[in-house]
Amino acid sequence: MWLNPSNPQLDKKGRLHHLLTLEGLPAEILWQILDTAKTFVGTKVKKVPLLRGMSVFNVFFEPSTRTRTTFEIAAKRLSADVINLNVTVSSQSKGESLLDTVDNLSAMHADMFVVRHGESGAPHFIARHVAPDIHVINAGDGRHSHPTQGLLDMFTIRHYKKDFSNLRVAIVGDVLHSRVARSQIHAFATLGCPEIRVIGPKTLLPAHVESLGVHVYHDMRQGLKDVDVVTMLRLQNERMQGALLPSAQEFYKYYGLTQDKLAAAKPDAIVLHPGPMNRGVEIDSSVADGKQSVILPQVTFGIAIRMAVMSIMAGNK
Amino acid sequence: MPGNPLPDAEQLLTALIEQMRPAVGPDTGLIGIHTGGVWVAERVHQALKLKTPAAALDVSFYRDDYAARGLRRDVKRSEIPFEVEDRDLILVDDVLYTGRTIRAALNELFDYGRPANVKLAALVDRGGRQLPIAPQFVGGTLALKPGQSVALKRDAGGRLSLELREEKR
Repeated sequence: MWLNPSNPQLDKKGRLHHLLTLEGLPAEILWQILDTAKTFVGTKVKKVPLLRGMSVFNVFFEPSTRTRTTFEIAAKRLSADVINLNVTVSSQSKGESLLDTVDNLSAMHADMFVVRHGESGAPHFIARHVAPDIHVINAGDGRHSHPTQGLLDMFTIRHYKKDFSNLRVAIVGDVLHSRVARSQIHAFATLGCPEIRVIGPKTLLPAHVESLGVHVYHDMRQGLKDVDVVTMLRLQNERMQGALLPSAQEFYKYYGLTQDKLAAAKPDAIVLHPGPMNRGVEIDSSVADGKQSVILPQVTFGIAIRMAVMSIMAGNK
Repeated sequence: MPGNPLPDAEQLLTALIEQMRPAVGPDTGLIGIHTGGVWVAERVHQALKLKTPAAALDVSFYRDDYAARGLRRDVKRSEIPFEVEDRDLILVDDVLYTGRTIRAALNELFDYGRPANVKLAALVDRGGRQLPIAPQFVGGTLALKPGQSVALKRDAGGRLSLELREEKR
């Protein structure tokens, strides 16, 4: 295998070749992505010719609006040709295997695949089977990982808080089903964030989540006390199997972020949400639209992060 | 490298400034190309007491050898604090060689607008052009052997100097 056997995202020189997960990604590469993204924020020039002549295939086996659109905008601002494929409604329903789909797309001369899949590990599987010059970016796989979301969250936090070394952060809600939470936890740890908390009911926290180095809280006010950053997770109704929750209303009562609960955090705490939001379930509208919310900047920074990831990868030949 | 005396960068700078003096007006925009060109542009800007702030251009995203060399680790944001449209501009670089950096800079510049005219100033011209690009202002010329390159350095006090490098082949 020509990829780095200890970390299949990296090439032999230790540079980023695929982006599959933030777990085990060296801090140096995280900082490189964050720094490069900075150069794409707030510039007057909308389009740069970096990926001219390259084809980026957005292959989505699971529906998404925001992530797919921001990947598309990012690729277009780098002058790539973008092809969007919603595989849910085409080949898969006709019974084509994942590998056959990928082989067919490779035969169309893709340079980069942006993959979202409901099964954890699918992008990794694809990365192991594509030709060596093709790059794969995970745009969310099952409950496993959503690395560009984790990166844009880090970018947003760095933008407002400057530094990770004295931050207390809390991730709230449905951690069990959340690939965003896992990506954030790994990124926070790598970037040197000293205190990571997860807050949620026992039924929505993964078993042994403490082993990731986080502090577990079941009480929202205790968990939010004096934190600098609050990430609200979406209650993933579509992934709920069995009776994990009595009702969405009860969840809101105990874990929905209201102004009142947010008051336990530091006065200048910022509130993140990966979207799409369930207003009145995990977050109250007055918080979502309030002055501590950085939810819309997250979306804007997401484009810069995706541009950075694609431009770094495409240059690693 | 010992035995290969390089010209003094500060003297070259003085020569360059004197050449540029009659050509700049209050609205002339100086645009330094990262990283050495920005240093030179700052010094020229100071010496000529220009009113328009100096701009900095990082052409990394516009280079034609990007696919072969990848993205530098320390890409900077291009900062052009004035309107490019209809302005007289002078691009400033430290070492002029193949001309490909200047090509990339022109492409990026034209994404910002349509300047009235663009001139080129280089601290050192080492020849070896691969594109039809010629400087209007040059601090000095330098003949180098193949495989050699020269880089501009700035010390803590802001003093500029040239450094010879042997390229590994």
